[in-house]
Amino acid sequence: MTQRRFALILFAVSLPLAALLLLPVGYLIVRAGAVEPERAITYLTRPGTLRVAGRSLLLMATVAAAACAVAIPAAWLTVRSDLRGRRAWTVLLTMPLVIPSYVGALALVSALGQRGTVRGWLAPLGVERLPSLYGFWGAWLALTLFSYPYVFLSVRAGLRGLDPALEEASYTLGRSQLATFWHVTLRQLLPSISAGALLVALYTLSDFGAVAIMQYNVFTRAIYLRLSLDLELAALLSVVLIALTAGLLAAVALAERRGTYYTRRTPRPPRRVRLGRWQAAAQAFCGLVVLLALVAPMGVLALWLVNGLQQGEALRDVLAPLQRSLRAAGLAAAVSGVAALPFVFLQVRYPGPLTGLLARGAYLGYALPGVVVGLAFVFLGANVLHELGARVGQADYRSLGLLVFAYTVRFLPQALGPARASLLQVNPHLEESALTLGRSYPRALISVTLPLMRSGVLAGAALVFLTVMKELPITLLLAPTGYDTLATRIWSASSEAFYARAAAPALILVVISAVSLVYILEPDG
Amino acid sequence: MPRIRLMLAAALVAAALLSIVLPLPDNRAGHLLAPAEAQGTTLTIYSGRSEELVGPVIAQFERDTGIAVEVRYGDTTALALTILEEGARTPADVFFAQDAGALGLLAKEGVLAALPAYILDSVEPRFRSPEGLWVGISGRARVIAYNTDALDETDLPASLFDFLAPQWAGRLGFAPTNASFHAHLTAIRISAGDDAARAFVAGLLANGARQYERNSAAVAAVAAGEIDAALVNHYYLFRHLAEHPDAPVANYYFPGDDIGNLVNVAGLGILASSDSKPLAQQFAAYLLSRSAQSYFAQETFEYPLLIGMDADPRLRPLSKIETPALDLSDLDDLGGTLDLLDDVLVQ
Repeated sequence: MTQRRFALILFAVSLPLAALLLLPVGYLIVRAGAVEPERAITYLTRPGTLRVAGRSLLLMATVAAAACAVAIPAAWLTVRSDLRGRRAWTVLLTMPLVIPSYVGALALVSALGQRGTVRGWLAPLGVERLPSLYGFWGAWLALTLFSYPYVFLSVRAGLRGLDPALEEASYTLGRSQLATFWHVTLRQLLPSISAGALLVALYTLSDFGAVAIMQYNVFTRAIYLRLSLDLELAALLSVVLIALTAGLLAAVALAERRGTYYTRRTPRPPRRVRLGRWQAAAQAFCGLVVLLALVAPMGVLALWLVNGLQQGEALRDVLAPLQRSLRAAGLAAAVSGVAALPFVFLQVRYPGPLTGLLARGAYLGYALPGVVVGLAFVFLGANVLHELGARVGQADYRSLGLLVFAYTVRFLPQALGPARASLLQVNPHLEESALTLGRSYPRALISVTLPLMRSGVLAGAALVFLTVMKELPITLLLAPTGYDTLATRIWSASSEAFYARAAAPALILVVISAVSLVYILEPDG
Repeated sequence: MPRIRLMLAAALVAAALLSIVLPLPDNRAGHLLAPAEAQGTTLTIYSGRSEELVGPVIAQFERDTGIAVEVRYGDTTALALTILEEGARTPADVFFAQDAGALGLLAKEGVLAALPAYILDSVEPRFRSPEGLWVGISGRARVIAYNTDALDETDLPASLFDFLAPQWAGRLGFAPTNASFHAHLTAIRISAGDDAARAFVAGLLANGARQYERNSAAVAAVAAGEIDAALVNHYYLFRHLAEHPDAPVANYYFPGDDIGNLVNVAGLGILASSDSKPLAQQFAAYLLSRSAQSYFAQETFEYPLLIGMDADPRLRPLSKIETPALDLSDLDDLGGTLDLLDDVLVQ
């Protein structure tokens, strides 16, 4: 098969896929259109709306910057330095991703709040109150701590695919290590960094749980307030989020325009940088991040568990929910990992406005709060799938298939970013060599390109897996009736303040995810 | 080390494969396609009340009647919107809501069927829809939860509006996005007027009232001494005491018929599109039976609404709470309340 024909086939596959991905976005635009234009304009331009939108943008920019500031050094330390215990650090530094930001924020308040646990420890020293965590700083801290792993995983994958020859050339030309990192390494990592930072930024825009607990008044709160009654106005506000996302995507596309991220050589493992006297500082840095993002929330969960057990609270069986969580997350990760490939191939190998649009379109719905996406699927399910289902004798349109599909639509961007970054690092001449040696184009891709992309594709699937494990609003709306997962158990118990019952599944969620990380994160040799 | 990794990896892959291949304990929920379901023999409930609270009662109903029940748990508001999005094709037969506002919304949209009189008459008229479209199952009183180390009962004001006074600056908490607050604010709008209601919320914020995302967080903040008092539903106190028996928190009811004393309900409605209405009515009647009502009284510390049932002795009896003279069904102007809140909160 020729390259051209293959590209056409990919395109033919991707178009309907992209249309499916954009279903919720399209649905929301239609619903938003039902708001009378005059009311829409008044509502969107009043000072209050603009103010909360401004706060959301501020939070988005600062969280993305802080996540990069934490994740890039951490990724470099675990991939490129002789940091002691780097395998353990890698797993520990990734784990905060599985802590639902809602649980994490609650735990932060409980640990670091004005009257929290830490204040209790400091009380003998005469500390009456800690500075308030509520407001911008609390929201910023919580969102940074529980989202930086998006950048960490993506940059790790990027660093591992980076040819050290470029850096070595820079050293030969007399640049210092720091200057080389700044001018060469970071530049080459740009696609990985922007893929991760984009996920963090959109996650921040869409979050409601953490900002609500931190009492910071942002745009999603206006959406939730409206969701109590009319979906039309909530949809209108959601369309604003879609527009913001589109703007952000355009900015990122401009920033990355036309770089070469591969080399002509076979990448080989780089020499590890000796940290020397910086070893202790590096350990302290990783330790501090893990302390805040992982140990603190886990500690609070453990306290809840012990406290509740002491008061005789009965725990519930968690094995069946665990099995359901693993099944849904595993399927969603596999489907997303595969579905990402055609988009990424088209975007990277056949760059152009159309293929770029195709791949970036998948991100459009990513900044929407999950419940909005879930409701869109409820409508589509009840009105489209139901008709089909009725013909084969099904009463409820909900099924594991629909659930996995909805997860894929929602979280595909997490798989796209790292996969794209890793394909950018594969020299297309390798595929051409395989062609001249007589391989057909698809076989060349499978035997040459895919293995080289492995680290990025796996990282992307891992992100989807971990995110689905903790996903709540879509699960609540679309899972088959009775399909309760670890996340719904946590929600059900914590919403009624049964903290011990919430803590048990939450701890299991974190531990099981950690075990999967050992498998997902490849050894660094 | 590599061997351990390999073994872990193998174990994980095996577990993942097993979890996909093996049937789930409840065989119905794990298939890629939804299971076929015989119409009219299964009752499907959308419950905005959590499984932790109503799961045991529903299980008991299944055991006592032999009726198979499927429950979809979720957020009350999201489930109400789900029903509206699903339209006549909703699989739901019963909507069990945490507050009357969501039931009022569905009643207004015309998706609820009239309930039979024998169910409606189990509760006082003030706890059911005047059109007979929904019925209250359990009652929740709005109260002030206060920190007993910081305050005596005598320190608390005679009216909700007194919390606007400077002495309460930074000491009160509430949950402004919570449905129970929305219902309360609607009541304030009806009894005192829109302007007074707007001034009340704006005044609370200007007075430094803390905005919690839910009632339980506000009660925990009172117990921790972060704030001195919070405007919440009465039963969060008992939920908190169950895990922290020594917490210094108590409930305060306003004297007389102050607007601070609203009693709201959790209740249910039957979907007009249901083809299992007799089963749904059986379920409603069951929840209003003495055994189910005493479950709510003893386990969730709510007010049983079945006429003649007593609440937990630690609660002020329903008959002693002088609720302001208004019907819960008057509280269905949620739209006006949200417009007001939107103006005051989205700032």
